[in-house]
Amino acid sequence: MSTTTSRPRSTRRVRRPLAAVTASFAALALAACGGGSGFDEGGGGSGDGEEGAGGETGGGTLEVLIGSSGDAETQSVTEALEAWSAESGTEANLSVAADLPQQLSQGFAAGSPPDVFYVGVDHFAGYAANGSLEPYADQIEADFFPALVESFTYEDTFYCAPKDFSTLALVVNNTAWQEAGLTEDDYPTTWEELSTVAEQLTTDGQVGLSFGPEWQRIGTFMAQAGGGLVDENGSANVDTPENVEALTYVQEMLAAGTAAYPSEVGAGWGGEAFGSGAAAMTIEGNWVIGALTNDFPDVDYTVVPLPEGPAGQGTLQFTNCWGVAADSQNKEAAIELVRFLVSDEQQMAFAEGFGVMPSVESVRDRWTEQFPEQAAFIEGAEYAQGVPPVEGISDVIGDFNAQLEGLASGDPQQILTSVQGSLEAVAP
Amino acid sequence: MTTARPAGTAAPHRRRRPGRGIQSGQAAAGWLFITPMLVLLGLFLVLPIAMAAWVSVSDWTGRGNPFGGAASYVGGQNYAELLTGGGLPQRDFATSLRNNAYYVLLVVPIQTALSLTLAILVNRRIMRGRGFFRTAFYFPSVTSSVAITVVFLFLFTASGAVNRVLSYLSVGGPNWINDPRGVLHIVLGAVGVDQPPAVLQSAPFLGLSWWQWLAGPSVAMCVFIIMGIFTTSGTFMLLFLAALQNLSGEVEEAAMVDGTTAWQRLRYVTIPMLRPTIFTVVTLGLIGTWQVFDQIYTGTRGSPGKTTLTPAYLSYETSFNSQQWGRGAAIAFILFAIIVVMTIVQRVVLAERDVVPARKRFYRTGQKGGEPS
Repeated sequence: MSTTTSRPRSTRRVRRPLAAVTASFAALALAACGGGSGFDEGGGGSGDGEEGAGGETGGGTLEVLIGSSGDAETQSVTEALEAWSAESGTEANLSVAADLPQQLSQGFAAGSPPDVFYVGVDHFAGYAANGSLEPYADQIEADFFPALVESFTYEDTFYCAPKDFSTLALVVNNTAWQEAGLTEDDYPTTWEELSTVAEQLTTDGQVGLSFGPEWQRIGTFMAQAGGGLVDENGSANVDTPENVEALTYVQEMLAAGTAAYPSEVGAGWGGEAFGSGAAAMTIEGNWVIGALTNDFPDVDYTVVPLPEGPAGQGTLQFTNCWGVAADSQNKEAAIELVRFLVSDEQQMAFAEGFGVMPSVESVRDRWTEQFPEQAAFIEGAEYAQGVPPVEGISDVIGDFNAQLEGLASGDPQQILTSVQGSLEAVAP
Repeated sequence: MTTARPAGTAAPHRRRRPGRGIQSGQAAAGWLFITPMLVLLGLFLVLPIAMAAWVSVSDWTGRGNPFGGAASYVGGQNYAELLTGGGLPQRDFATSLRNNAYYVLLVVPIQTALSLTLAILVNRRIMRGRGFFRTAFYFPSVTSSVAITVVFLFLFTASGAVNRVLSYLSVGGPNWINDPRGVLHIVLGAVGVDQPPAVLQSAPFLGLSWWQWLAGPSVAMCVFIIMGIFTTSGTFMLLFLAALQNLSGEVEEAAMVDGTTAWQRLRYVTIPMLRPTIFTVVTLGLIGTWQVFDQIYTGTRGSPGKTTLTPAYLSYETSFNSQQWGRGAAIAFILFAIIVVMTIVQRVVLAERDVVPARKRFYRTGQKGGEPS
């Protein structure tokens, strides 16, 4: 306390400059916060300067946000946007998200989302339910694959145009295949044959088959057994004898040591296990082609359709759509841009650029002609199951995946019962 | 809130001597001095917390302004879902609590003991190269946690450096970062208990069975535990070091004259005098370990098998990825409550007791300088 009493004389002298300093500090702090205050209603004050009053007529710049798989994809999308800007006269500005769901959520919460962006199937239902997405898809004329349309339909409304898609197929290492004395006639077409070749391909330091411990891979076996996550009405239908059969089959392969999760062979995902030679076969999607070309250019491989299960063929498909924000100031231009991006020509350009499959049937034959070695992937489109468009599905699949990691020592019935309970809560 | 004190202490003066006394401007000046801090705290701390509190009792779905009609009041529904809901949210929350509880249980005592040991070691005057060791031990603390996480991920892969070293010792290392098995489950499995006994199958607490609660940290979580100890011990070593250098040498000399051994001096002289610092270290440790987020975010994102899921990461995941902002905010507030309760409990446990035997009482004189600032 001695300090407070010994200084009164100087107080008077310093007070005025002090007050000025304090005031300017406070003003600075307030000014700094004014610019970024999150919750502007309707986005009126946000992003000012870019979208002026004339935004509706197409004068404003479109903000495009994508989650890119790599330079090739970023490059392709950049070129597409440049081509469209030259054609339409509207600027389009591309940003690549480090964490797409997080950045989208921030945009929606702040009322200043990007105008056009990627939406993954597992997040689609959540964004559709809270009204963030503009249901514009009926304004686009294109013959999308029906299964893709289903993936982006929420409560009977088709929301957004599928961008492209991928399916899963069996990737086989030709060298390992020949070393095991197998020929082209031996590509497995049934579960029994798959088990047999996996056993033949398993050697010291090489496992026959490897796939990630997740529904996004193991779900193919469920589809082949006639099961799945939901029934035709979209209700939870996980706890079925078909699914039990599928998981039991996978468990048997894991127990026999002819199949292993990538982490067990020191790889991060199936493609890496396959490319590094730790696995002779893997279940992966189209993206594996690009990854193998980049990381393991010397591996000689063939892509064949997945074997048939007790209920016939089955695989899974993954897709994104071009979302348009309901809060966008420039919806017409945004929809115009999407129309351009899903056109036949542009879809083929993307397919050449970064190895995806066009989402429209009209270029299917052209694509197969150009990429004959990937025919197995597009064949899958006929019988593929997608991620059900249910709000909260990503949590349920996440929980399912967590349990599948312990499948080798777990009880399939118990896993399915638990997932059924979780899925019923979001898809009654 | 210590900044508010000058104003508060100045006030009685003014009341005693009203009018245009020689000190009349002090309170105003005091308030002016703290205004910038008050504004900053209010704007960036109090206001966001109040906003989050509202979101945690609302049904906001992440679009539009939650204070302008985009959200409505739902009472304790978000909290109920987490604590008594019986569904996936409750199970996830319980799992994250379990994971984090084991993390805290292992990291806090070990890092406190380790940092105290390190501090005592580098405090010895006869040691050569003290400066080097002080820097070396402190180094992990100033390195970005993201960088350290990435390095640890490489060290602990199935064919990584750690497993290679273990293989020289003819030990088959586990698949560290990808191994979801609980440590206690592994131990129980080794003695033949690999299925839960019927007693442990019931799930009376937060929807997770006793068998699951008793899993112990997973092998993957152990990597984070090792990393947590590695990165924070240096910081706390610094706190202990500051405290040790504040202890007066006379007390120790007096103890020497009394014929104590080195261990007795440590146990009955040094450690009791460090009590305030131990309190600081344990409190900071508790708070930090309950909030573990960035290692999980960069490292595993909750996998394998959700065994590295922590409440802080779950809150983020629930809000940003699942659009359940109310529930995410509720998790944050429950976590806050846990930290407050734990700190209070620890304060009571570490409180000074007046029933110290007379023969130990001499330490009170040296106690004042213990707390570093």
